[in-house]
Amino acid sequence: MSGTDWRNLAISAALLGLAALLPVYGSPYWLTMGTTMAMFVVLATSWALFSGPTHYISLATAAFFGIGTFVTGLGFQSLPFWVLPPLAAIIGAGLAALVGLVTLRLSGVYFVIFTLGLAEMVRQVVTWVQNQTGHRGMYVLTSITEREIYWMLVGLGALVFLAGWLIGRSRLGFALRIIGNDETVAKHAGIDTALAKVALFMVPGAVAAATGAILAPRYIYIEPATAFAPLLSFQVVIMALLGGTGRLWGPIAGVIPFSLLWEAITRQAPNQTLLLLGIAFLVIVYLLPGGFVGLWDRLRRRFGGHS
Amino acid sequence: MSRTVLQVRNVTKRFGGLVAVNDVSFDVTEHSVMGLIGPNGSGKSTMINMISGSFAPTSGSIRLEGHELAGKPAHKVARLGVGRTFQLVRLLPELSVLDNVIAGAAFGHRRRWGAEAKAHALTLIERLGLSAVMGMPVSALTYIDTKRVELARALAGEPEVLLLDEWLAGLNPTELGTGIALIRSLRDEGRTIILVEHVMDAIRSLCDRCVVMSSGAKIAEGSPAEVLSDPEVIRAYLGDDDA
Repeated sequence: MSGTDWRNLAISAALLGLAALLPVYGSPYWLTMGTTMAMFVVLATSWALFSGPTHYISLATAAFFGIGTFVTGLGFQSLPFWVLPPLAAIIGAGLAALVGLVTLRLSGVYFVIFTLGLAEMVRQVVTWVQNQTGHRGMYVLTSITEREIYWMLVGLGALVFLAGWLIGRSRLGFALRIIGNDETVAKHAGIDTALAKVALFMVPGAVAAATGAILAPRYIYIEPATAFAPLLSFQVVIMALLGGTGRLWGPIAGVIPFSLLWEAITRQAPNQTLLLLGIAFLVIVYLLPGGFVGLWDRLRRRFGGHS
Repeated sequence: MSRTVLQVRNVTKRFGGLVAVNDVSFDVTEHSVMGLIGPNGSGKSTMINMISGSFAPTSGSIRLEGHELAGKPAHKVARLGVGRTFQLVRLLPELSVLDNVIAGAAFGHRRRWGAEAKAHALTLIERLGLSAVMGMPVSALTYIDTKRVELARALAGEPEVLLLDEWLAGLNPTELGTGIALIRSLRDEGRTIILVEHVMDAIRSLCDRCVVMSSGAKIAEGSPAEVLSDPEVIRAYLGDDDA
């Protein structure tokens, strides 16, 4: 590891410690905000691991997240809670592999639409199964506190960052960047593009499912319409793009301001949150291509920083 | 006599009713430059695309050092030892010049990673005269430099056979001289090259042998001087009246 690596590791560890201590120094309000932000940091960062380098915009987050909440909903009475997030991650990764094998041949807008449809399809299937068995939703009544949920998310976030750092240095990460630049070149350079894409698509699938499993107790009552809400997928995409997918820390830079804004608007004018989503999207497209990361890099170049 | 590296046997490619390549056979010997020439639409690019695994021949066999390439996907063909450049230059725009070259080294025929891949790429960058532009973004490179980067990427995997699809097309006269000298130096290093080319000067000065295609079929094979004076080749290029 180089000097920069050690410096980054130290900064990351300090920030992680600061984040982990939030329940100690923060009010309950900030703990709730922190939990929401931690959720989006985990989801957006893992989303960017795949969609950043490949430029494949996935709207499947809600599908994996919803499956995770149902893993907890169905399993919390018979299994110890700590088993559920890893179990959800395995199921999420499996589903991602299956979906990846079918859809990653699709490119551009076809892939986007398919992933959006996937969440909807899973929701319909779960609803149908519940109707067959006479259930509507289900209660997830546990003794898990918000503080514990928060810490689990921070832990998961640390894992995601570690995975992202390792992938970024690996051949797989390099292969994905090449694929995102020119898939034809990637193939002729000797990259098994289908395998590489499926392998990395499993990461956000697993992470989103684990996140859903961790957060299920927070919702207390879960039903398909809320667990698979497509809004979540869009929020994750917008936050990740707002922050920028060019660096590992990019999505965080999008999640924090966006979550605060979202919260403020929800309090003032609850019906206008979708407007924020739309405006953020326009800002990204017209003013911030590359997100805050891109802006940061441009400023550093302009003001003589070394890049 | 030199060893045969690539063996193309009775290769045919049909796109629906169109026969793009019709029962073509030829051999490429080690350490030589084979020219694949012919008028536009004669099937040269289709032939190159079949050798590099972009698509499978309808029938026939393409063997590299005894390994069957026909029907294999492009990444497997690349790993078996076929490197290529593209008729329209394809670079990786978001990557640095160095990473563009490492991209060829990391996954190709001879795979390298980390410091070894970097050192190998730097050697190639120097070898192809790209050291001065190494720090520039790919989008700022001159046309011939983009072609050099692409060539360096193809060479980085140390392919057994290098396919150059109109690598010299579009260069100005000065650049053309540089380009021809560069390819000649690659041949002198002992590389095996298949050259699809329209530039006659390049064909005369670089190719050891030529295969001439017209309307999908092979119409002549031999040294450049032989095939370029062949009446059938002249007819294919210029039409009946001029022959």
